[in-house]
Amino acid sequence: MSNTLIYSSYLVAAVLFILGIKNLTKPRTAVLGNRLSSIGMLIAVVITLLDRNIISYEWIIAGMVLGGAIGGIMARRVQMTSMPEMVAMLNGFGGGASLFVALANAWDPAAATSMVAMISIGITVLIGAVTLSGSFVAFAKLSEKISGNPIAVPGNTFLNGALLLAGLALVAMTVIDPTNHTWQFALVAVALLLGLALVLPIGGADMPVVIALLNSYSGIAAATAGFISGNTVLIISGSLVGASGLILTQIMCKAMNRSLPNVLFGVMAEGG
Amino acid sequence: MELMLLITIFVVALFLGVELITKVPPTLHTPLMSASNAISGITLVGALLAAGSGSGPLVNILGFIAVTLATINVVGGYMVTNRMLAMFKRK
Repeated sequence: MSNTLIYSSYLVAAVLFILGIKNLTKPRTAVLGNRLSSIGMLIAVVITLLDRNIISYEWIIAGMVLGGAIGGIMARRVQMTSMPEMVAMLNGFGGGASLFVALANAWDPAAATSMVAMISIGITVLIGAVTLSGSFVAFAKLSEKISGNPIAVPGNTFLNGALLLAGLALVAMTVIDPTNHTWQFALVAVALLLGLALVLPIGGADMPVVIALLNSYSGIAAATAGFISGNTVLIISGSLVGASGLILTQIMCKAMNRSLPNVLFGVMAEGG
Repeated sequence: MELMLLITIFVVALFLGVELITKVPPTLHTPLMSASNAISGITLVGALLAAGSGSGPLVNILGFIAVTLATINVVGGYMVTNRMLAMFKRK
């Protein structure tokens, strides 16, 4: 399949995502919006399957069948009242997917060739892992598997800052020393911890806002994954979700009479 | 040059994402979040390319995990959004 055809199909998919989001902001057109967006996803997936860089289909079929079954069953069984935690869990899977896309590329000698690719891999691992662990904490809090109360960690802001700096330093090490995969493992571990440390101190009542923010992160992770191999549909859709997710987060904060820094850092003062 | 084009696309799409979301009625907050969560499952495209590549079994297995997670996100995301919107219509 020629690259021109693949990239023009990616363009069509991206346009459908844009129209989808636009229509989803109005009650009358919301159903249509979701449909347009799902057609865009179908086009992007089908055209990717025809890419000539794909030489075997066993793992693809296995993953799609398994993932489709799990996703389908989960979506059918979930109670209407449990929707926010369902979205949190799905978002965690999305972040995890970007994390594993980046790791697969890190172990692929054909992909991890340039500095740009290595930087993109590192950032995707960082954001993907934070989204994964953060979303699962949000899920656990909302479904009351762990207490919804803010869990006070002394020096929490300092801890988060230290973990973030360590994560960025490890991203730099994966770029400087790409053959030593220890850096990749350390980066995954630190980023998972950062996700936990970011969300654990926030109370259950603020979780919807946190999920909206994590949703924005998973978009950015998809976009940075797109930079690894220059994939336009990943970059466009990922950054769309990243930016619109951030705006939605702000709107949701405003609806709750809260400010975003207040949700993220003001938990101790609020006392839950 | 190619990198600059990709960065251009990235930045323009960020601004577009900001402009797309203006006044959203509160009832649509959760469906919109869920729908855009499904769109972030687009990372499935990257997962497919890794799972089907000829770069060795380790890359394929990591790709397989990514395909599984991304498919859960995409299928679950669109189905859940659909269920929420169906309920919304009845009201």
